[in-house]
Amino acid sequence: MVRAVTTQRKALNTAIAWTVGLLIFFPILWTILTSFKTEAQAIADPPIFLFFDWTLENYAVVQERSNYMRFLWNSVFIAGGSTILGVIIAVPAAWSMAFVPSKRTKDILLWMLSTKMLPAVGVLYPIYLIFIKLGILDSRIGLTVVLMLINLPIIVWMLYTYFKEIPGEILEAARMDGASLRNEILYVLTPMAIPGIASTLLLNFILAWNEAFWTLNLTAAQAAPLTAFIASYSSPEGLFFAKLSAASTMAIAPILILGWFSQKQLVRGLTFGAVK
Amino acid sequence: MKLRNALFAASALVSVTATAALADGHATTLTIATVNNGDMIRMQGLTDDFTEKTGHTVEWVTLEENVLRQRVTTDITTNGGAFDIMTIGMYETPIWGANDWLVPLDDLSDEYNVDDLLPAMRAGLSHEGTLYAAPFYGESSMIMYRTDLMEAAGMEMPEAPTWQFIREAAAAMTDRDNEINGICLRGKAGWGEGGAFITVTANSFGARWFDEEWNAQFDQPEWAEALNFYVGMMEESGPPGYATNGFNENLSLFQQGKCGMWIDATVAASFVTNPNDSTVADSVGFALAPNSEGVEKKSNWLWAWALAIPAGTQKADAAKEFIEWATSTDYIELVAENEGWANVPPGARTSLYENANYKDIPFAKMTLDSILAADPTDPTVDPVPYVGIQFVAIPEFAGIATEVSQEFSAAYAGQQTVEEALEKAQAITNEAMEAAGYR
Repeated sequence: MVRAVTTQRKALNTAIAWTVGLLIFFPILWTILTSFKTEAQAIADPPIFLFFDWTLENYAVVQERSNYMRFLWNSVFIAGGSTILGVIIAVPAAWSMAFVPSKRTKDILLWMLSTKMLPAVGVLYPIYLIFIKLGILDSRIGLTVVLMLINLPIIVWMLYTYFKEIPGEILEAARMDGASLRNEILYVLTPMAIPGIASTLLLNFILAWNEAFWTLNLTAAQAAPLTAFIASYSSPEGLFFAKLSAASTMAIAPILILGWFSQKQLVRGLTFGAVK
Repeated sequence: MKLRNALFAASALVSVTATAALADGHATTLTIATVNNGDMIRMQGLTDDFTEKTGHTVEWVTLEENVLRQRVTTDITTNGGAFDIMTIGMYETPIWGANDWLVPLDDLSDEYNVDDLLPAMRAGLSHEGTLYAAPFYGESSMIMYRTDLMEAAGMEMPEAPTWQFIREAAAAMTDRDNEINGICLRGKAGWGEGGAFITVTANSFGARWFDEEWNAQFDQPEWAEALNFYVGMMEESGPPGYATNGFNENLSLFQQGKCGMWIDATVAASFVTNPNDSTVADSVGFALAPNSEGVEKKSNWLWAWALAIPAGTQKADAAKEFIEWATSTDYIELVAENEGWANVPPGARTSLYENANYKDIPFAKMTLDSILAADPTDPTVDPVPYVGIQFVAIPEFAGIATEVSQEFSAAYAGQQTVEEALEKAQAITNEAMEAAGYR
């Protein structure tokens, strides 16, 4: 009897999980389907789901009109660079907050997070002027630094949470064995926090990939990533939904594939501590 | 030794070539910010012609209209120099020209024939008589209607109908059972969306945004009449949820045969008559935008997407060459040759409307008549202290009109009464104008 209830509950949980999953994924699925329709089919009412003449025309148009590979490379460079740079800076910061906290550590953490509450547009002009002065407007390096700074509070917070799960005694033992600070962080702490660091890397890569305020405002032709690529197909005067969907599908495909293959690590990192 | 000499000679040749290229203005790459619409995309496809003629190459930055507006505004106000040419509209041009943020286009070549530009366009893109942006294409607004539904309703569309006729025809064409709405109009919040539409509607009822002392005029009976008329007609014959409909939503409804009439930008004519996208392509008629009985001013607007050179660019000469190429009569002929006369950028040059080939296009005459009927310096019945028909050409307008249009949209959605919306609009506008020092 107990077993039957458990099975029923399992089935119910599975059904709920699938429903929620499909609901969340549906807009992406719809975008992908629309990318294979004609513009007329894209706005048909009632909407056409699967039974239409599939066409690759939109992809051909997008490919012809835009240099997709340049946008893609810029996205990879900016998202990857900002994430790696962020983790390099955040690991020592999170270590000190987790293992040698001061009276103000909690306040500093909260203050760091509070910077995320400031609307980005509030600092657009100062940052734009700094970029002009430094000559890094429309450059990948400039954008990498900005995105790193924007995501740094989240990276520090995430790593701090993972590091807190690691018993300080292990690090103490390493120190007693003569490990230097560098070796302690590199060879003792980091291997134990690998799942946490991996999920931090992945999550921040996704955040940087999808960032669409700074990437649109600080770039022109050279450093524009895939967010600008999508924006170039959006129009308030003209129905180009099928082409927009094709551009969106091309923009999200790399991150979707990355997310799909790394979902286990991502979930493990987000749901488990280092030593459990 | 030989290798060293060869390298030296090669590097000398490279530097001489580069210096020569820079000196005579060649080998320049222009960065152009533009919007994503059919005419602009067509221009991008034809850029090779410009490169062949001048040697300059072009990098395009195409953005959605609102994103573009924010992007180029940030750049020009900081003298950023990220762009060599910007696509801007009639709202920005006179304001930016007055601030010396744009390079004046007062030395265009004789071949360009600046006098061929439609006078309304030239006036709207100038400040104190100096042209600051060259019109790439111009548009007004007009009525697009279903000839079959009009006939079935037993009515005939006059060439210049009144609002009262439009309301009557809309009611007659409405068929709720078959999801046909007599009329589809913009109601979406935003100064360039529903805000633009209700402003021109109000003009045609004799209302205005400001009196000559910059006092808001929403407490005047003309505004109440215009807004009540609009809401009443849309409730009778408009589509459900019209408060959130903008250009694209109405285009979609019209193309699917769900609107009897649609009053919007003249540029929509090519979309609704395109049989690939529109199910009603062969039964569309056109008429001038309406006016209220007893009021002479019609409810049509005037807009141009134009090319301007920001003062921060280092490549002003090459940028001028591009602008001359893109807005010339030769370019119009190039488009006609490649894409047909129906696809040439309309509404910018007088000579286009004298061209025998273009006269055959069904919406050409109505577009020209609509543009000619619009006067940005005299938009409504009573005198006003501003220039602009669907907007007021002052920097504060975009912010004020966005807020005001949000109040109006709330009234369309039934969240407040028309009177409440007008009261709030009056307060918002007067407060903002006072803060800005106009009053």
